Amino acid sequence: MIAAISKICGVTPLLAWHTDSTLPDSDLIIIPGGFSHGDYLRSGAIAARAAVMDSVREVAEKGVRILGVCNGFQTLTEAGLLPGALMRNAGIKFVCKEVKLSIANNRNPFTQGYQLNEVIRCPVAHHDGNYFADAKTLQQIEDNEQVAFRYADGTNPNGSANDIAGIFNTKGNVLGMMPHPENLIEPAHGGIDGRRLFEGALNLLKAELA
Amino acid sequence: MPGLVAPAHAKKKNMTVNNTHPITPQLIADHGINDEEYARIVELTEREPTYTELGIWSAMWNEHCSYKSSKKWLKTLPTEGPRVVYGPGENAGVVDIGDDDVVVFKMESHNHPSYIEPYQGAATGVGGILRDVFTMGARPIAAMNALRFGEPDHAKTRHLVSGVVSGVGGYGNSFGVPTVGGEVEFHPRYNGNILVNAFAAGLAKRDAIYVSKAEGVGLPVVYLGAKTGRDGVGGATMASAEFDDSIDEKRPTVQVGDPFTEKCLLEACLELMASGAVIAIQDMGAAGLTCSAVEMGARGDLGIRLNLDDVPVREDNMTAYEMMLSESQERMLMVLRPEKEGEAKAIFTKWGLDFAIVGETTDDLRFSIHHQGEEVANLPIKELGDEAPEYDRPWIEPGVHNDQEPHLFAPPHDFNVALIKMIGSPDLCSRRWVWEQYDTLIQGNSLQLPGGDAGVVRVEGHPTKGLAFSSDVTPRYVEADPFEGGKQAVAECYRNLIATGAEPLAATDNLNFGNPEKPEIMGQLVAAIRGIGEACSALNMPIVSGNVSLYNETNGEAILPTPTIGGVGLIDETDKMARIDTADEGDVLFLIGTEGTHLSQSIYQREILGEESGPAPTVDLIMEKARGEFVLAAIRSEYASACHDISDGGLAVALAEMCMASGYGMACEIDVTYPHSALFGEDQARYIVAVDDQWADMFAANSEGSGVSFARIGSVAGDRLIINDLIDISVDDMKSCHESWFPTYMAGPAVAEAAE
Repeated sequence: MIAAISKICGVTPLLAWHTDSTLPDSDLIIIPGGFSHGDYLRSGAIAARAAVMDSVREVAEKGVRILGVCNGFQTLTEAGLLPGALMRNAGIKFVCKEVKLSIANNRNPFTQGYQLNEVIRCPVAHHDGNYFADAKTLQQIEDNEQVAFRYADGTNPNGSANDIAGIFNTKGNVLGMMPHPENLIEPAHGGIDGRRLFEGALNLLKAELA
Repeated sequence: MPGLVAPAHAKKKNMTVNNTHPITPQLIADHGINDEEYARIVELTEREPTYTELGIWSAMWNEHCSYKSSKKWLKTLPTEGPRVVYGPGENAGVVDIGDDDVVVFKMESHNHPSYIEPYQGAATGVGGILRDVFTMGARPIAAMNALRFGEPDHAKTRHLVSGVVSGVGGYGNSFGVPTVGGEVEFHPRYNGNILVNAFAAGLAKRDAIYVSKAEGVGLPVVYLGAKTGRDGVGGATMASAEFDDSIDEKRPTVQVGDPFTEKCLLEACLELMASGAVIAIQDMGAAGLTCSAVEMGARGDLGIRLNLDDVPVREDNMTAYEMMLSESQERMLMVLRPEKEGEAKAIFTKWGLDFAIVGETTDDLRFSIHHQGEEVANLPIKELGDEAPEYDRPWIEPGVHNDQEPHLFAPPHDFNVALIKMIGSPDLCSRRWVWEQYDTLIQGNSLQLPGGDAGVVRVEGHPTKGLAFSSDVTPRYVEADPFEGGKQAVAECYRNLIATGAEPLAATDNLNFGNPEKPEIMGQLVAAIRGIGEACSALNMPIVSGNVSLYNETNGEAILPTPTIGGVGLIDETDKMARIDTADEGDVLFLIGTEGTHLSQSIYQREILGEESGPAPTVDLIMEKARGEFVLAAIRSEYASACHDISDGGLAVALAEMCMASGYGMACEIDVTYPHSALFGEDQARYIVAVDDQWADMFAANSEGSGVSFARIGSVAGDRLIINDLIDISVDDMKSCHESWFPTYMAGPAVAEAAE
């Protein structure tokens, strides 16, 4: 993720340690993938309770954009910054493959680089990506148009409800997604469909600051 | 609440054995030490050893740590070359790839533990090999796994496949290394003894490599990483014994992996090395604290004094014996610069890892162990490390088979049916079910994923370079002819690297054989090493690291001899590399090499005729090299729009694999003497190269000019594979057959009724 961000915007991102109590002043905060604390409890459960998450919650409240990818998405749901939960994949196994995503809402900095309903390629690599929310919450998410990405063309790899691959919070400044857009950002990866997500978020920020 | 206190008779059996435990003949035999070896131990100890000392001797002198049966023959392998920085003897081999970068790699077996407890056995196999790589200061960038299981119908096979694959993924995915290649095969000879050979490669700067040789007296010996428990006590000794039906009793000797701690250990070690605090470092692998401490001392001509009271433990009442032989995972031993101790401790505390000074280096060349105010062991360290017995075990030259002409083999009733059956057979079908459980993309540098000839990753920090990795051996060939089979393992690895456009640099060998005390098994080992050595010399692929796993037998039946070769190649310009899946409509297809003739020991013979017999194909190393260099030059000159080597299943299977990968059909017209051997013969040193139509004549002229045998065999067209009037199958039909075997098989019951 660090390499991908550096390649996309030419700036090496600052890093925050899990015990930090403050965050550097930043335009975009990314919680990347990985197996935080080994995921020996529920995925992301311990990371969600790390000291630094208090600061993340604070800046999220102020409207700073936050992106959680894979374990980052799991952490954001565990921290209560996004609704729902990520359960074990329906197939019970870790799955690493390329899937198709359709853009469910492009009126947001993260997705503005895509057309509505456009279908893009994106890899997934996770064990616990089966998005779940109770019926009422799911209805609210749909009514508020909080779904950012849906697995398309029958490629749902994990049994997620409503084919949900990524969701926004109600304010639209927090995005969590299971697929890894950072692994499809240059021709050497075999495609660049993931790039517009980062460019979208960062370009808009530049425009706002100008 | 009643029932909380267990009745006295139900209490766990006390594992603690006092250091004054009498040394009986039975105890000595239980440690895998024979009479002659014991006499030598008494002589070197200069008295009867204590219980702890007996454990230490047995750990250092077992086959797994001492290579006592194979050392004589391993010495004959070529291990040097202009690019080799460190060959065998360190934790992993180190090879120069230019620009001050080195690639650090090794392959190691975790066979016995994986049979007993497949998930943890495989997981800790991956963990162990990753540690070998980062102990040297390299950041792991790629992993592979060569897995061999019993026949699919055997009661335990499905359970073992499932457990091993999730164990490999569970550790590697969490640690964060992409698994970019490997092998999965089935054969009844692995029914009671599967093989799990784990490969890892890392990247480092040439001047930032660390080795295990300690220097300086009175320096702190530091214990780092996870705490010590009773897991794995006696594991290295277990790995050097044959299995029998009491196998389930050995489960407690399998270690438990913790990939998150290993990830923290990696980051902490690299940070510590960058700080300049490290003098010597050794990971605690087989035989744990014993082996790591002895190696550091013996290599540096130093004694080591350890105080076990300072060792971080996670279980109560551990004895010195247990602490010295524990194989708890994710632990390291280091010798540090005393002035950097505070800085080092801060780094480890930050990563949440144990850091304890457990001893010091001394000048008396003794390995002295103290526990609870008592010296429990005092042994000569050089003799422990270097004086392990070296056997010249009796061996017999393996027999040879007469060549079998193609006309002696029945042709198939229907070539289409035969090809479909072969590409849907357990050994040739798609391994997608396996590799989709491995994270192949983590780190963002993967350029070629499993399913092609070799996995390729970019060299981080370099604009154009990539490294290719392949793991190969054809055990049925080695069984038929250990010498030719040994050669073929290296040659196929060479070929797979070449097919991506990589220059083969060096290799690691993982030699899996049966009981070396049997002359015919020893004969296989000797001949296979001779074949590997000859091929490595001819193809300029020195062996820079490796591992020997012997006693792979159950109830007296040995596995197929399986010397796995893990090869590494360098791609200078990754935008010119070749792939299996990029053939384009209109491309002209060239066969590099000659018509297939060899059907003995082929997949055709096994899957269609139901037989495994006759000689292995021979490898002409001069031809292998000439054709390899030609193909490599063609790829580097951007002639090849796609490339694939011809191996198991012969020409027809190779063409089918290229069709399925690209989605295009092929129309081929080939000269045949005997159709079945032309299509399915497994003659060596052959490739298929797809060339853009406009360059085809020039490519043919180049082949002609370089004296390499070739044939223009057809073109990429339509959506069917057509070969003469023999084969005509749609790519979709091939794909559905190729993809379905593995998931269908694995959907069956986990363990069949009535195991065994």
